[in-house]
Amino acid sequence: MTETIDVHTLGAPPPADILLDVRNLRTIFHVMDGDVPAVDGVSFQLRPGRSIGIVGESGSGKSVTALTIMRLLDIPPAEVSGESEIWFDGKELLRLPMDKMRRIRGNDIAMIFQEPLTSLNPVFTIGNQIAEQVELHLKVKKKEAWERAIESLKLVGIPSPERRVKQYPHEMSGGMRQRVMIAMALSCEPKLLIADEPTTALDVTIQAQILELLKTIQDRTDSALMLITHDLGVVAEMVEDVVVMYAGQVVETGTVEQVLLEPRDPYTMGLIESIPTVDKRGGRLSVIKGTVPSPFNLPPACRFEPRCPYAWKLCRDVAPDLFETDHAGQFARCHLHTPAGEGRRQEALKVHEQSMTIGRDLGGHG
Amino acid sequence: MNEGTTPSGSEPTETTEPQLDALSSPSARAAAEGESASAVAQRADNASDAIRRADNATDTEPLLKITGLKKHFPIFGGILRRQIGTVYAVDGVDFDVKRGETFALVGESGCGKTTLGRSLLRLTEPTAGTIEFGGTNVSGLSQDELRPMRRRMQIIFQDPFGSLNPRMPVSDIIGEGLLAQGVNDRRKRDKKVEDSLEIVGLRRDYTRRYPHEFSGGQRQRIGIARALALDPEFVVCDEPVSALDVSIQSQVLNLLVDLRRDFNLTYLFISHNLSVIQYFSDRVAVMYLGKIVEVGSVEQLYQNARHPYTVALLSAIPEADPRRRKKRLVLKGDVPSPAAPPSGCRFHTRCWLREKLGNPERCSTEEPLLRVLETGHTSACHFAEDVSERTVDQVVATQSVVDTAVADLA
Repeated sequence: MTETIDVHTLGAPPPADILLDVRNLRTIFHVMDGDVPAVDGVSFQLRPGRSIGIVGESGSGKSVTALTIMRLLDIPPAEVSGESEIWFDGKELLRLPMDKMRRIRGNDIAMIFQEPLTSLNPVFTIGNQIAEQVELHLKVKKKEAWERAIESLKLVGIPSPERRVKQYPHEMSGGMRQRVMIAMALSCEPKLLIADEPTTALDVTIQAQILELLKTIQDRTDSALMLITHDLGVVAEMVEDVVVMYAGQVVETGTVEQVLLEPRDPYTMGLIESIPTVDKRGGRLSVIKGTVPSPFNLPPACRFEPRCPYAWKLCRDVAPDLFETDHAGQFARCHLHTPAGEGRRQEALKVHEQSMTIGRDLGGHG
Repeated sequence: MNEGTTPSGSEPTETTEPQLDALSSPSARAAAEGESASAVAQRADNASDAIRRADNATDTEPLLKITGLKKHFPIFGGILRRQIGTVYAVDGVDFDVKRGETFALVGESGCGKTTLGRSLLRLTEPTAGTIEFGGTNVSGLSQDELRPMRRRMQIIFQDPFGSLNPRMPVSDIIGEGLLAQGVNDRRKRDKKVEDSLEIVGLRRDYTRRYPHEFSGGQRQRIGIARALALDPEFVVCDEPVSALDVSIQSQVLNLLVDLRRDFNLTYLFISHNLSVIQYFSDRVAVMYLGKIVEVGSVEQLYQNARHPYTVALLSAIPEADPRRRKKRLVLKGDVPSPAAPPSGCRFHTRCWLREKLGNPERCSTEEPLLRVLETGHTSACHFAEDVSERTVDQVVATQSVVDTAVADLA
């Protein structure tokens, strides 16, 4: 722990019905070329048993958010700013001694990674790896841990688990390995499951298996789920609330219905418009012009301003806060939702609605 | 050079105009033009008319005709490195691609779609079968005879990072094909390279830069420029957008749509993404373990799939609409190894329909052939007639999601 963190006076712990409360999270990487604010002032809350989706493109900071919560980042080069707070189950994680954190990790918070092959140890059997964790966290005898490993493999639908526990990761297919990861994560019945792109490396039919499995098991064990993905389809199927991230910041939050059906931030609108659908057949897809800004050279005010079709002078001068939109509980980081943006907002919503049903600048004519 | 495909030439032509526009948001443009909703809707109608016209126009002789195409890879092993097995990557595939249409190949990894695409261009030598392109049998040609054909058939690769040589400047990457085709005049070549760059929406002065100076989307544009530099008629697009972020993906898709229109291109579009295919293609072939299991127009396939695998594939796509959150039809197990494909119907080990019908013996003993169900719609299932929304609903209602993994060991 650095001193700056001790100096900061902690806020009050959240009420008991908030399982995870991330407040003003800032994670900076000190690298050769300068400082990268990978996560820059992210806040969100998650209730027990609920599910939240963190959505964003590569480089938006969604994975770093998860790794900071798990405290899996190397410090340095990473640095978590002193004002950041992560409250989990009544405890503030960032200021917890490492040995206490280790007890929470795996026990109360478990994580599933994108690439199941690299997150499993190739030289130990599946059973060894699950049993080791059970032994450590639940403080049970070796034999009991081994039985629990078999049981958890059964829970995720792995056939003949008695034989499977003795196998090594390379003897299994990608889908099977991801099931093992889920079995490991769930073997200690965590209160929170963090899944970082759990199906990105898998084929669609296997992805369907794993998503359905995750849903079923989350229902059964009643753990909360934090799902990190770039796939808006996966979000729509899996979670109740959504946080959209762009260039290290939260740009929109709301329920999954609000964010996907009636987005209010121009970035989210653009993302959703650009998804190819049958309705847009024969027309052009909407595009977000340009590319994600370099973290060394972020726009001074609104980070989406250079790519935003609705930006005006205010957006270049003043960084927008998360403003509540016309829907209660839905927030967007955009000046359109201030009185100054009223007229432009109406226009933007109209354009968005049109681009959702049809393509534009249709081909085949002069 | 062929009529209808002359982007080459002296000037960048007006085709570059909409191209560069693709980079600026159309929403913004529409807003600026103050376009009314009804005008936009009118244009949508025009578009679907255009699709219908295109459907009629393509009823001519095929540009590409594939018959009995096979590609088997030997597996060597043991101390003497003798052949101990065979991977049946592509195992007897027939289809036609009509001039001007976009024909899509869809399937999961390992189904042979990429091998098929490469075999068509003879980038990998097919084991058996014939490839007829524009009336010429490509499969029998020698390398020398093949060269002039290569200029008419090009490929865009999936990985924008692996497919560009990091030691070559853009001018050499794009110009290499031209050089191979005998464009020896450096100035002529550079001109053509710059034109191609402009067509794909990049700046003409990027020629001296190296691949690492570009983002993923820009690299993919360079890959497209390389394919276009030779004025091809036919382009194999092998997963051209799957390595890109969503917001970049739509830029590249728009570019491909524009090029198809402006240069009258015929695409073979290989993808595992069914939403992209639905937006982009005219006809679709579904592949499973080296074989085509169903072919049809986008409408036929997406609204009236007649192969249990296609149904499962469609059911598996997560849609970005929480209102359509559905109970999915989940397939059991993994794709079997193409080195030891199941007997009879290759899909029978995972087939939900076979299970529902009480495991008829025919599925595991007799290989189903593609048969015509209606004009332009074929399916390789003995029981294609039993595939309906009702049967799917019944299966979905009774399936156990947890027990979908199947032992893949002997």
